[in-house]
Amino acid sequence: MTFSIPPLDQLPDPAIALHATAADWRSAIRAAAEALTESGCSEPSYGDRMIALVEEYGPYIVIAPGLAMAHARPGPDVTAPGIVVVTLAEPVTFGHAYNDPVSVVLGLAATEADQHVAAVASLANLFNDESVIPALAAATSRDEVRRLLRAAHPPVSDSTPGEAS
Amino acid sequence: MKIVALCGAGIGTSEILRVNAVRALDRLGLDAEVSASDVANVAVAAAGAQVILTSPELVASIGRTNADIVVIENYFDLDEIASKLESAIG
Repeated sequence: MTFSIPPLDQLPDPAIALHATAADWRSAIRAAAEALTESGCSEPSYGDRMIALVEEYGPYIVIAPGLAMAHARPGPDVTAPGIVVVTLAEPVTFGHAYNDPVSVVLGLAATEADQHVAAVASLANLFNDESVIPALAAATSRDEVRRLLRAAHPPVSDSTPGEAS
Repeated sequence: MKIVALCGAGIGTSEILRVNAVRALDRLGLDAEVSASDVANVAVAAAGAQVILTSPELVASIGRTNADIVVIENYFDLDEIASKLESAIG
């Protein structure tokens, strides 16, 4: 499998949006969709599909206190796999039972169902440290975000290295 | 032992839950096969599963199952995942 999403600490500038203004959860997801579009990963309709997933199943994408992972199934509007990080100027309520309000939105686009697995595993490395979410929310530069994301790629790993290809 | 991590789209959140469930099981010294799936395929994916891990919002979409449904609030909290898995299967 090719690891086609770049390591999180090398996310390009368009994949990081700082202190985006969002009036509600839909605009917060749209901000992630815009970053995915500007990163060349998806067309704007992907944002509609990410919103539709929450409308269908509820705000389960709020997977930790303060953190939402916006995503939808692979589809023709996904042009390349990618991850974006959006921090919100003001936290937004998604209606989750435990994890509101949200201050950091990740956007995930996948072109096939298992292509993103290595990147998702690296997200688990990162957010097992609960201090990372407020630190990301407070970050004032893209380099600071990338520095915080470096924890997603510990130098010693017991799994298959992502850069093997 | 079969465990299914469940989300709405079968990408992303269920995979995070799967990875962290494997870590929690390692910590408990328990051996299980953990897969990720989505609610549309839950009937097939969870056939023969002892435990379904999912978020509070998705419980109503699961329908009838013989598996124990374990609700996880914070997908990255290994303490929460481990203690809930332990009481479900330990």
